[in-house]
Amino acid sequence: EEEEEEDEVEEDGGRRPLYPGHIPTSPLQKALLAAGSALAALYDPYRHDMVAVLGETTGCLALPNLRDKMKHHPEGYRILQERPRIRFSTLDMARLRGLPDGTLGREYVRFLEDNKVSPDTRMPPKFVDDEELAYVIQRYREVHDLMHTLLGMPTNMLGEVVVKWFEAVQTGLPMCILGAAFGPVHLSTRKLQVLATELLPWAVRSGRNASCVLNIYYEQRWEQPVESLREEIGIFPPP
Amino acid sequence: GSMRALAAGPQTHFGFQTVTEAERREKINQVFESVAKKYDVMNDSMTLGIHRVWKDVLVLKMNPSPGTLLLDVAGGTGDIAFRFINYVRSVRERQLQRRLKHHQNLSWQEIAKSYQEDKCNSLGDSQVVICDINKEMLKVGKEKAQDLGYSEGLSWVLGNAEELPFDDDMFDVYTIAFGIRNVTRIDLALREAYRVLKPGGRFLCLEFSQVSNPLLSRLYDLYSFQVIPVLGEVIAGDWKSYQYLVESIRRFPPQEDFKAMIEDAGFFKVDYQNLNSGIVAIHSGFKL
Repeated sequence: EEEEEEDEVEEDGGRRPLYPGHIPTSPLQKALLAAGSALAALYDPYRHDMVAVLGETTGCLALPNLRDKMKHHPEGYRILQERPRIRFSTLDMARLRGLPDGTLGREYVRFLEDNKVSPDTRMPPKFVDDEELAYVIQRYREVHDLMHTLLGMPTNMLGEVVVKWFEAVQTGLPMCILGAAFGPVHLSTRKLQVLATELLPWAVRSGRNASCVLNIYYEQRWEQPVESLREEIGIFPPP
Repeated sequence: GSMRALAAGPQTHFGFQTVTEAERREKINQVFESVAKKYDVMNDSMTLGIHRVWKDVLVLKMNPSPGTLLLDVAGGTGDIAFRFINYVRSVRERQLQRRLKHHQNLSWQEIAKSYQEDKCNSLGDSQVVICDINKEMLKVGKEKAQDLGYSEGLSWVLGNAEELPFDDDMFDVYTIAFGIRNVTRIDLALREAYRVLKPGGRFLCLEFSQVSNPLLSRLYDLYSFQVIPVLGEVIAGDWKSYQYLVESIRRFPPQEDFKAMIEDAGFFKVDYQNLNSGIVAIHSGFKL
């Protein structure tokens, strides 16, 4: 049996799982996954699992970059140490709902309820071959809904594209760039107009101006008013 | 370590992992529950549609005549069963046409009557029992049969190849296509196959086997391990089941060893036919 185990490990490029759910992959497998998931996501943009896989297999440059940005920032560094997770089980929904209007916590809960989404639907990483980077991409996924809240964008196609543009500028993740570039394919001409003339320039400007959004310990700022947090990060008011 | 292993039961393999027999059965159950809905799509993608040819060859080799009673084990989504039905139906049609040609001096009423009779017997009393251990696979198979318009001559039975829910000496032909590799005790399945076949009955097994050509073998390995799990992830969102699949192929005994196992179960005139240089092999044996 020892021989066969080594056989298997050889096939995967000589690696062992580094975290629960980790599937070690060879460079060839990653390339095939990246291509396959890109096609699958283009064909059916509701295949969130494929978008996730694309992010993981193409993030080899952007993820270490993000991790370093977090390491060199006091709040980001704390996040990397403490590894907070945003899940229904960790959120005190009742308390957040009770917060005054305009605060991050209240508006976040409002966003979740209005759009009928849950923080628990984010895919856990599988193909990232570094345990810390796996957390970084997980964190990026879990704060996605907070991005929606801060940018005031709904979860329809248009809103998602706007958030993707913002994230593309912020993170440099190829998956965001691809999503930002190809997302608009699914929009009507009227929406494309709005996107191009108002929303995109604002999203890109905000993305450039803002500090790294992964460096905010959101769980400790539920009481902070959204407007004040926007100012602090450097996101311009939505049009 | 070994103390725990002794307590838990006999050891066997699940792909390249070492597990107990009970664990293996459960894991395989989960694999097929998970893949059932996308089983056919995946087969087409992985083999580029060639699995259809392999299955056609199996039924051609079987050459069933109308009136045959077939047991298709691990028949899940019905591929062999449907081909069997098509085959006996066309053989039957040809029989009827030949018969009509020889009855040139019948009256119109007599010809019309014979049409009626034959219409009710388009399969010539042929029947196939599809037996599978997994409910999800059977479910997919039944739906497929409905969609494709197969109604008569088919029965669907939930059962374990190692312990078939049938009497002795019942069937004319026993087939198992791409299933025996997933059975935990292959020797038991072979003995059961022998038991339920009538004397004179035939055992046919279509299964992935060993490629002897070294260059082809390397390419095949590369494709299996690098591409197939990726296809599983992209098409079915399930890497692990397809990783298991390619590992289980490597674990299955080569052609000669499997032939010996079939002979051990009591079959005579056992031989095998390689398809695509041994990527797949059809083993055949007779109960005398």
